[in-house]
Amino acid sequence: MNLKKIFSTLAVASMLVACGGNDTSSGNSTFKIGVSGPLTGDNAVYGNAVKNAAELAVEEVNAKGGIQLEFKIEDDQADPEKSPTAYGTLKDWGMQIGLATVTSGAGAAVSQNYADDTTFAITPSASSTTVIYSDADNTQSYKYVYQMCFTDPNQGVASADYLKNHTDLGSKVAVIYKSDDNYSTGIYQKFMDEAKKVGLDVVSETSFDNSSATDFNVQLKDAQSKGADIVYLPIYYQPASLILTQANQMGYAPTFFGVDGMDGILTLDGFNTELAEGVYLLTPFSADAKDELTANFVKNYKERYGETPNQFAADAYDCIYAIYDALEAGKATPDMSNSDLADLLIKQFTSMTFDGITGSDVTWSESGEVSKSPKAVVIKDGAYVGVED
Amino acid sequence: MAKLKTAFLGKNRNCHLCLGLVIIAYIVIEVLMYTGSLKSLFINLLVPVTSYIIVALALNLVVGISGELSLGHAGFMSIGAFTGVIVSNVMATMISNDILRLVISIIVGAIVAAFFGFLISIPVLKLQGDYLAIVTLAFGQIIKSLINNTFLGFDSNGFHFSFITNTVTLGTGGKMLINGPIGATATDRISTFTVGVILLIITILIIFHFINSKYGRSVMATRDDRIAAQSVGINVVKTKTIAFVLSAGIAGAAGVLYGLNFSTLVPARFDFNQSILILVYVVLGGLGNMFGTIISTFILVLLPELLRFLADYRMLIYAIVLIVIMIVTNNPTINQFIKKIFRRKKAEGELNND
Repeated sequence: MNLKKIFSTLAVASMLVACGGNDTSSGNSTFKIGVSGPLTGDNAVYGNAVKNAAELAVEEVNAKGGIQLEFKIEDDQADPEKSPTAYGTLKDWGMQIGLATVTSGAGAAVSQNYADDTTFAITPSASSTTVIYSDADNTQSYKYVYQMCFTDPNQGVASADYLKNHTDLGSKVAVIYKSDDNYSTGIYQKFMDEAKKVGLDVVSETSFDNSSATDFNVQLKDAQSKGADIVYLPIYYQPASLILTQANQMGYAPTFFGVDGMDGILTLDGFNTELAEGVYLLTPFSADAKDELTANFVKNYKERYGETPNQFAADAYDCIYAIYDALEAGKATPDMSNSDLADLLIKQFTSMTFDGITGSDVTWSESGEVSKSPKAVVIKDGAYVGVED
Repeated sequence: MAKLKTAFLGKNRNCHLCLGLVIIAYIVIEVLMYTGSLKSLFINLLVPVTSYIIVALALNLVVGISGELSLGHAGFMSIGAFTGVIVSNVMATMISNDILRLVISIIVGAIVAAFFGFLISIPVLKLQGDYLAIVTLAFGQIIKSLINNTFLGFDSNGFHFSFITNTVTLGTGGKMLINGPIGATATDRISTFTVGVILLIITILIIFHFINSKYGRSVMATRDDRIAAQSVGINVVKTKTIAFVLSAGIAGAAGVLYGLNFSTLVPARFDFNQSILILVYVVLGGLGNMFGTIISTFILVLLPELLRFLADYRMLIYAIVLIVIMIVTNNPTINQFIKKIFRRKKAEGELNND
């Protein structure tokens, strides 16, 4: 028998025991807020944006002196297999309120956990209906998971309506979506349904999947040959950046129109942001808005992290403030149990009207769905600029 | 009595070691869980780790014992997982006992995966060379794409199915079983660690019984020298097929256990990387070495989670650890050095005894 192997077994066993030893007690004076998101991997921009903004918001709230918050983020690589273990880590830490997850696929995998443990969660950016509903018809909600971003179907419908009403952008639409992605197909289907309804002219529909997400010449050629002057991209920024680069190499210059997943493209390492000039995207947040809340947030964020916040950051910032408002209005104390806290927050969230940087007069339905209106922004000189309707 | 013991445990020392390890680990973990000192992080990881160990053992049967390379075991896991989800959902109203439902799902999943394994093996295993690797590689991708484009629903009128575009409309009380790229959502999480460990023990027994049977010896003889094996009358194709189908079936069972542990399951989860990851567990554990496979899978699945305290450097350190393990376990100088240390101690002990 190989002694080396026995040693390695013992080493792991001792690690397990050592880690299992100390349980954190929640008998303290702060509310513990946890979230899991991609801090490494393809979608790391999202996770880091949420981390930065939430930390900023928590500091601001704590500086007010009233309710004290504590924030922790765990890496889940946007992977549905990793998010339950990330959730476990947060639970061990003593999480009382969650921001669920940053991305949809990972979020759907832990919604049941939040419901089982009767812990309240509001996700900043996991926009799929599968995050808040447990069935395909969207009738049975998890009850404990709320959304700060609008759901995918709403984005698809809003995009189609926007394109129909703004014929100055173009009239022939090509769609490129990711066929093995929950988020992308969700928006795509609703977009097509709505496009049919309002009579939008979709000339090219092409897709790609994870294994072919590097070469988009076929899809772009198809769109170009059919004379599309708008290319709708209901996808995340990583493949979108490649599409923009390859279209540029082909000499194809339609108007590109993205949704909230396109956000983050300006902070992507190694991407020539000049290519993103003139790209439209539908988002609830534009960093150039003039209201005081947004201006303050953008200023503080820029000072601290050296970049313009994207919509993920804005959603996370709003989540913390919405929780803060609800906790204060409900007179919650940190020694309450998770389920009491959840009952209180659900009561507040379904009754309150929240004014944040991603929308004013924001309300929530009992299923956790948010009601606010998406805005279109365009990228100009490397920044998001709001488009007047 | 002794005979009964041999029949149950097999004659192989390795088999006893594996079973001993699994049972001790199970008892330790159960005690920790009972006393409440096991973190929820690890409780969430128990079933996935068990599934990975089972599928790694199954792959080792093909790669280590039968000497063929399979790059599609994630595909078999996927078939098992989605079959399991379908069976479990359909039976949800008929069978209220979760354990029974899980066991039936595992059996059906294993049979379906084994059937696909059999289909593949018909043309491929008749050939010599690396064809199995090529075909299983393609198989994994095909399965992923197929399930990605499958829309399957179930209501009181029976099954509704559509392909590529979703045209499934369900009556009241209906449920989407597979919703294209969204996969299976809101699955009852009925997998339990205990059932997983029992499945693991059954897997170990099956594999060692196979290795020590007439067929196992034939497979190994074929692996070492195909021509010599044929010359003594071994049916090469048949023995290899049995090993491969067995492996596919076990991988399918592991897939069911895995699939029913999560409330959502996306087809893209079982991609090529997943197959390679399982192969990494097997290679680092040692080809044909079941005990090593159990330990390496256990460590490599847990490691990224144990390294969480390193925050941003987590995946970086994980990669370095992988490389270090690879170098250390395959370096003859280091191996000899370690052996020498133990041998010297032993020798010293013997001297002292004199």
